[in-house]
Amino acid sequence: MAERTLMKGNEAVAEGAVRAGCRFFAGYPITPQNEIPEYMSWRLPEEGGTFIQAESEVAAINMLFGASSVGTRVMTSSSSPGISLKQEGVSYCAAAELPIFYTNIVRGGPGLGNIAPSQGDYFQATRGGGHGDYRVIVFAPKTVEEMANFPRTCYELAFKYRIPTMMLADGILGQMMEPVTFEFDPIDPSTLDLPDWALRGSKPEKRRVIKSYDLRPGKMEQWNFRLEKKYDEIREKEPRYEAVNIDDADIILTGYGTAARVCESAMALGRKEGLKIGYIRPITLWPFPKSVFREVRDKVEKFFVVEMSLGQYVEDVKLSLNGRSEIYLHKRPAGGIPTGEEVLELTRKILSGDKTKQVEE
Amino acid sequence: MFQGIIMSGFGGQGIISGGIMLAYAGMIEGKQVTFFPAYGAEMRGGTANCSVVISSDPVASPVVGNPDSLLIMNEPSLARFEDSLKPDGLMIINSSLVASKPTRTDIAAIEIPVSDLAEGVGNIKTANMVILGAYARKTGAVSIDGLKNSIEKVYVRASASMVEMNKKAIDKGAEAVS
Repeated sequence: MAERTLMKGNEAVAEGAVRAGCRFFAGYPITPQNEIPEYMSWRLPEEGGTFIQAESEVAAINMLFGASSVGTRVMTSSSSPGISLKQEGVSYCAAAELPIFYTNIVRGGPGLGNIAPSQGDYFQATRGGGHGDYRVIVFAPKTVEEMANFPRTCYELAFKYRIPTMMLADGILGQMMEPVTFEFDPIDPSTLDLPDWALRGSKPEKRRVIKSYDLRPGKMEQWNFRLEKKYDEIREKEPRYEAVNIDDADIILTGYGTAARVCESAMALGRKEGLKIGYIRPITLWPFPKSVFREVRDKVEKFFVVEMSLGQYVEDVKLSLNGRSEIYLHKRPAGGIPTGEEVLELTRKILSGDKTKQVEE
Repeated sequence: MFQGIIMSGFGGQGIISGGIMLAYAGMIEGKQVTFFPAYGAEMRGGTANCSVVISSDPVASPVVGNPDSLLIMNEPSLARFEDSLKPDGLMIINSSLVASKPTRTDIAAIEIPVSDLAEGVGNIKTANMVILGAYARKTGAVSIDGLKNSIEKVYVRASASMVEMNKKAIDKGAEAVS
């Protein structure tokens, strides 16, 4: 179990989900995430689980609605255009408070875009994605090993709060291979307590209903406030992040996923030549780890955001810093992949007073 | 140490599995490694290529834009990747299939009849092992033993005789640059 092995990101998240107790997967093919359904198609039957290649993305997400209603740990995955198609179903799951787990292995957009790595779906992921007033918990791994190990936490939080939970990664993380160690023993879902809301065809003391609406006057407003209470609790308790070298930093580099790796590399290179560079990386994109930015915003003058999109992630950084620091932004959308050297060179320029990359507050 | 490697050839030459072998060997020797395949649209008979990074420090991006080493298994790969090689970089060329010569003079180019050596071992499919053996001996980024120990991990269904043949092919490649 603790053996170190070389795995592809897509296979790692699939295996991680199975080990975390997933026993139902429905999906529809799209590059660059095809290895996930391919893996599930043979792996789930080994564990007595069910794999379905659905007739469409819309069908797949609605199959999850059904399978999740009986308390099963379920999963679907897709890439950007396919995730867009699934948003109606995710919204229904959010309303019905179903703990589904899904991954978006993001590709270039908008439209059909391309199959290159991208971070262009940040807004869609962190603002709910479909219609209505809801959020989903969003994890952003930066290594294949995290893709393998995060599904366990995703299911724990999904079931704890009864909320859809997703993993947002890009085509690089999906396609690359890296060493992986699974940090948890496989979970046998039959040993888990069945949630008290799960529909099992029995006659419990109180009738159980899973639905996404209430037409009685005022009831939907109450429903929304109930969801908000849950979201507030998650905002308070569940933000996760990584922060390195922030105490003496003249500048903090920040990004998530693949961009975080690049920031980390630029920091390591820069520190070798004496530049005081720090680094913050959100692990959860929603709830966003505002607190760590607030802790350092009065001490650090400059923040440098690196993202593989046109200024989406930077919005949350801005909201967290609230005008207290200068913000610089480097954008590489739809297949542009920044390098550590590239980010370090820009960091040197920013530290020497170059304002070219500065964004308005 | 840091080695960004691009391995490139025809689909079917074991480019992808060869790249995985290289990364695996690096991993079991305690290095930080990444493997990244070209996964875009390719036509039949076109090129297959992958990037491997072997490093003592964490790897930022697995995409290798300017490689330290190029493993060129067929003619189109030379034209496609020659310009990207770093100055003083290493290029190992399969001269069995590549008639052209590199035009750059600021790099080290080694020509080995990789496919012929593989046929000599008994199976042309071992050509990827021959060039990996040459690369390992030349750079020391991974050891010959590390490569040999990775065969069964990557080719999980390989017969014992096929594993032996692959080991011989690795040795052939190493000898060719010794």
